Amino acid sequence: MRKHKALLFEMGRAGRCGYSLPSSDVPEKAVDELLPGNMQRKEQLELPELSEVEVVRHYTELSTRNFGVDTGFYPLGSCTMKYNPKVNEEVAALPGFAFMHPCQPEDTAQGALELYYNMEQSLKELTGMDRFTMQPAAGAHGELTGLMVIQAYHRHRGDQQRNKVLIPVTAHGTNPATVTMAGYEVIQIPADERGNVDLEALKEAVDETTSALMLTNPSTLGLFEEEIMEMAKVVHEAGGLLYYDGANLNAIMGYARPGDMGFDVVHLNIHKTLSTPHGGGGPGSGPVGVKERLAPFLPKPLVDKKDDQFHFNYDLPNSIGKVHSFYGNFGVVIKAYNYVCMMGGAGLKQASTDAVLNANYLASLLQKNYYIPYDRIRKHEFVVSAKPEKKKGAGAGDIAKALLDRGFHPPTVYFPLIVDEALMTEPTDTESKETLDNYARAMEEIARAIEENAEKVAASPYNTVVGRLDEVRAARSPVLRWQKE
Amino acid sequence: MKYKVIDGLKYTKQHEWARQENSIAAVGLSDYAQDKLGEIVFVELPDVGSEVEAGKSAAVIESVKAVADLYAPVDGKVTEVNEALLDQPEVINQDPYGEGWVFKVEIKDEGQMDALMDKSTYEEFIIKEEEEE
Amino acid sequence: MGGNHYLPLSDVDRCDMLKEIGVDSIDDLFSDIPQEVRFKRDLDLPPAMSELEAIKHLNYLAAKNKHLNNCTSFMGAGVYDHFIPSVIKHITGRSEFYTSYTPYQPEISQGILQAIFEYQTMICQLTGMDVANASMYDGGTAVAEGAIMGVGATRRSKALVSRSVSPFYRAVLQNYFNSRGLELEEIPLKDGSTDFSKLEAMIDDQVASVVVQQPNFFGLVEDLDGVAEIIHKHKAVMIVSVDPISLPLLKAPADYGADIVVGEGQSLGVPPSFGGPLLGIMSARNKFVRQLPGRIAGETVDSEGNRGFVLTLQTREQHIRREKASSNICSNEALVALAAAVYMASMGPQGMREVAEQCVQKAAYACEKISALDGYDMAFKGQNFKEFAVKVPAKPEQLNKQLLQKSILGGVDVSPFYPEMENTMLFAVTEKRTREEIDTLVRELEGLK
Repeated sequence: MRKHKALLFEMGRAGRCGYSLPSSDVPEKAVDELLPGNMQRKEQLELPELSEVEVVRHYTELSTRNFGVDTGFYPLGSCTMKYNPKVNEEVAALPGFAFMHPCQPEDTAQGALELYYNMEQSLKELTGMDRFTMQPAAGAHGELTGLMVIQAYHRHRGDQQRNKVLIPVTAHGTNPATVTMAGYEVIQIPADERGNVDLEALKEAVDETTSALMLTNPSTLGLFEEEIMEMAKVVHEAGGLLYYDGANLNAIMGYARPGDMGFDVVHLNIHKTLSTPHGGGGPGSGPVGVKERLAPFLPKPLVDKKDDQFHFNYDLPNSIGKVHSFYGNFGVVIKAYNYVCMMGGAGLKQASTDAVLNANYLASLLQKNYYIPYDRIRKHEFVVSAKPEKKKGAGAGDIAKALLDRGFHPPTVYFPLIVDEALMTEPTDTESKETLDNYARAMEEIARAIEENAEKVAASPYNTVVGRLDEVRAARSPVLRWQKE
Repeated sequence: MKYKVIDGLKYTKQHEWARQENSIAAVGLSDYAQDKLGEIVFVELPDVGSEVEAGKSAAVIESVKAVADLYAPVDGKVTEVNEALLDQPEVINQDPYGEGWVFKVEIKDEGQMDALMDKSTYEEFIIKEEEEE
Repeated sequence: MGGNHYLPLSDVDRCDMLKEIGVDSIDDLFSDIPQEVRFKRDLDLPPAMSELEAIKHLNYLAAKNKHLNNCTSFMGAGVYDHFIPSVIKHITGRSEFYTSYTPYQPEISQGILQAIFEYQTMICQLTGMDVANASMYDGGTAVAEGAIMGVGATRRSKALVSRSVSPFYRAVLQNYFNSRGLELEEIPLKDGSTDFSKLEAMIDDQVASVVVQQPNFFGLVEDLDGVAEIIHKHKAVMIVSVDPISLPLLKAPADYGADIVVGEGQSLGVPPSFGGPLLGIMSARNKFVRQLPGRIAGETVDSEGNRGFVLTLQTREQHIRREKASSNICSNEALVALAAAVYMASMGPQGMREVAEQCVQKAAYACEKISALDGYDMAFKGQNFKEFAVKVPAKPEQLNKQLLQKSILGGVDVSPFYPEMENTMLFAVTEKRTREEIDTLVRELEGLK
């Protein structure tokens, strides 16, 4: 039985409460003595009034209406939804981490600084870069930080005319918006028939106004850029820099490093590659690494070590400044650090091996029933095109909904844009062969269902707590908050 | 032809139409364009009195998961906008050549109107686009 | 290998799978990586730890840190030691929430979508705004993006920011503006608050946004009556950064004319975590809804007419509008917003008010006691919420060092951010501090001067 869930605001009773506080033990004064009258609120806040048990049951029921990696297979392309180790949560919640104040003196924060320092060393080795900042709070935030660093580098050299950033069509989705945020103009570069960046088009686009090329490698097609060295040369010779979007690093750990491919700046999505949970939308963490010549422009402070003491270095006169109020999402970095400690170098390489093996295996199974363009060895993900199914009456979005009915989270739909009816599929390293087999069977079943009755598939899902939701209505007449009748 | 194309209107390669009355052209989205965009949920109109330029974005049409610029077919000053679309953008889907008009522009250069496609040329253009898909 | 148990494939599986793919070896799967960029040695990382060893190692690092649970803290400056009800970690610890991605598939994400919708509603109830988004990274980025919204809405290129806005936020704002080629000017201070007498002279038809903070960085409650009128006369946008914990007592920013209300939401049941993850609050009046950055949950119905929730107005966002998007934000702080929502739902109007009242009362008590000490003076006249600046008779670093010996995390030293304010400390007093703890601080300070 489908049924909506009551909102917090439709529950509770006036006067009920779900908290317990000690009474104030200081001599009380009239509030009017303490706060200016004209800045005081006159009416009581309009918030729900609930007991603790009501709050707990409300949110527990909501959680049952949500699907996470712990619920099942989650092959959301370019999001690397791998298993989030439980121990990570436990260590990040240690009071010696979770209850530190960002302004407490350095000598009372040595453990935290050491963790940042160690993490930086590991990320340097993993990527082949020379310095890292952990300040960016997410991947897109890392992209912005990286471009700001590149911009500061060019400006510092008096290279003011570089106002364009090149982005391949196969790049990660946030890149164009990031470029605008940094005040740059986007130049789009097409792909060739093999799915690589079109080298000729790149050569043509590069000139003295090129600030950088932003590249996702492997791309969102899951393909490694075979001409990467030539691309790097073309961009560098024109005085531009190479930016590596680390969204897809899970494909190549221990096999290749952005720093060795000519990249000058990278960001990592540690909530993807390094196993930290995504929290239903965040928090993430997007550390940015650079080559030595760009290090002076990184956000401040950086963490340095001197005589076995760790300290924040604010003495960075060319730094872009800050991108976060403090030092980034420390709580997330702890989890990734714990993961790196447990995996070690060989473990991380094995993770990439299995991620790539799983993707190629699943692609091979799906190919029997679906069209997968760019038929070559893939890295960690691949893109199915549901164009033939769309012609029969059920496209990528409908297949996604049909997967919901079979207990799977669907792939990323309608992206990348260069594949029609795209289903960008990333199985990750933490899935078993049986899971992939079951998924392939479900996809086969859906393919058959489309042959038999596409219309029925197009009306999926049938087994979810709500049916297909009317997004047109939501956008046409937005209701963005509850309001008293 | 699956899509409606109306005689007497002029069409652009970006699928706008223009209907001339004296020196004023009403501008809208063709049936083909509204069908490709899907259900339209929001329209951003130009300011009355602002100057638009042929081939440049003059209005923005949004569906749930796509944004399309509506390019001005000719240069000129905007004389009127269809404010009804702000509350009911779906009118573009329902009646693209009638109630779904977007704005009116004072034509500066008649030559620009003449250079646009007529019904039969536009129909051929659509057929070609469909084939390329 | 320590983390091997996260990788379910067995060697037999791997062999079978290679066969299915039609290649001979794992190496074949990496043959597309050109020889010259192959990484030919082993990654030189510390040896893999077992779960037990990792727990020990992390405990060892954590034990090197002092923290708010083994010290008495008077530190604030944007991150506060408020009481966190136990329910919060139990809810945010439900893995259906924390192991999910952004809710792209609404039919199996109703939980987080409804929670976000409720969070948005409660933020609006606090600020008086019409709409709120699902969160920004932190207070600093919320301030920066708020100012940029003003730029988008007015098509102007300059912002004014009060010097009483947190220096941490101003640093982020400055950086975002530099990068974009936008201009930023500071409204000076007068006795620790914004000198609004300068506003009229500074504001012109190039100014898009005016940013103020309430209570300001020094904990002072600013007099914001009439400020919106000046800003709106010049068709600029008023952005107010708030501490949500103050809003049960302080006027909703909507009531004094704010257009966009941003702020740091860490006060709402979120551990300080050495400054992150935090919670950027972002809310606005309806007319700015299309300039709002980030995710927004909206109500709709399903195919059978049941109420449900989806991410909506997505055409503003990076994945659709691409280079014309209102922001590039994608991942946000959803789980932290969930924590804040559970906090607000648990505390309710009464609990929120009680917390705010205790903050004001206890801060006032501490302030009175400290400023009565010889050599200690209030840095500014005015009325404070839960934080106050004090002129101290020695270097703040020295004082803090000595306080630490009594397990007290003292006040934040203000002078690195305001060089004109030598020997000035910012003390925060939340509802968690007892009279005894405050008295101890006072006694220690008295002995230290």
